[in-house]
Amino acid sequence: MDINNLNIMLLDILKEIGNIGSGNAATALANIINEKIDMDVPQVKILDFNEVANVLGGAEKPVVGIYFEMNGDIKGSIMFILDIDSARCLLKLLFKSSNEKDEFTDMDMSALSEVGNILAASYINSLSMLSNMVLKISVPSIAFDMAGAILSVPAIQFGYISDKVLFIETQFKEGNNQVTGNLFLIPELDSFETMLKKLGVVEI
Amino acid sequence: MKVIKVGMADLAVSKSPCIITTLGLGSCVGIVLYDKTNKIGGLAHIMLPSSLDIKNNSNKAKFADTAIEILIEKMLKIGANKNILIAKLAGGAQMFKFSTRNELLRIGERNVIASKKKLKEYGIPIVAEDTGGNYGRTIELNCEDGSLMVRTIGKGCKYI
Repeated sequence: MDINNLNIMLLDILKEIGNIGSGNAATALANIINEKIDMDVPQVKILDFNEVANVLGGAEKPVVGIYFEMNGDIKGSIMFILDIDSARCLLKLLFKSSNEKDEFTDMDMSALSEVGNILAASYINSLSMLSNMVLKISVPSIAFDMAGAILSVPAIQFGYISDKVLFIETQFKEGNNQVTGNLFLIPELDSFETMLKKLGVVEI
Repeated sequence: MKVIKVGMADLAVSKSPCIITTLGLGSCVGIVLYDKTNKIGGLAHIMLPSSLDIKNNSNKAKFADTAIEILIEKMLKIGANKNILIAKLAGGAQMFKFSTRNELLRIGERNVIASKKKLKEYGIPIVAEDTGGNYGRTIELNCEDGSLMVRTIGKGCKYI
């Protein structure tokens, strides 16, 4: 199985997972902040390594990355990435006050990693539901650094499989506040085939 | 001055005047080779320690072992002298903290070890390095004097 040959059907399935996951995530977020949250239909893309950082605005752009390990029927990892504006926006929604400083406090990081936790869990729940797999995620680990540096972690894991990266982009909106979240799902090589089989993309 | 940007799993060589740069090194390692006499520099942005570990190894710039080999070859082609090459290393950070046995998360450290091992095999001395830690780095090699600028977020900028 080669990730480069991922067919349209798989992309559709992943898009649907992304859609349901984002829907659940938006609901969870709306409950936390007690405001109405809108979301766009997520985009699912397969990119080359070198394009990945460009999607986030360049390899040097500061972003917040929240990393999880995934266990259960498939193993791998999940990376949730917020650009700095989206992270600030999210904090504004959570704390009802704005922070224009360059640095994030421990409290900010803790809040962001908790939101990342809820969003990632929402995606994983929809994947689990649609594929009948048992999936668990670890506690989140968070970092604030250059996009290229953060992305090197999932890119290296993809590197074992191919030169391509698969990611789901979701946008949430509350009034004028727009939060763009990028989710990378990185199954281990063996798990990738298991996932495709469970989703009915390849014959068992 | 001419600026060459090296992407992830990519490499480039050039004669002075030229700056070769790679942005946002995380667990990846930037391997810099330099010939002071002929003012020829090379930079590889590697992602994984060894091309022998995995089947899909067609991109030679992705691995420490094959990237160094190609880098030397390309530098010799434009007139570098193999016997006077020096090396500098940057990157190899561990971006996320995890209490785990997952080998993949220690990849930065493994990339640095693999790069050093390969350079030793070629007898190329490592004159400077800025590796490890938990933060990203952008590096710029100036082919005029071989100086390497290392820039970070929140931890400043320095020359090695």
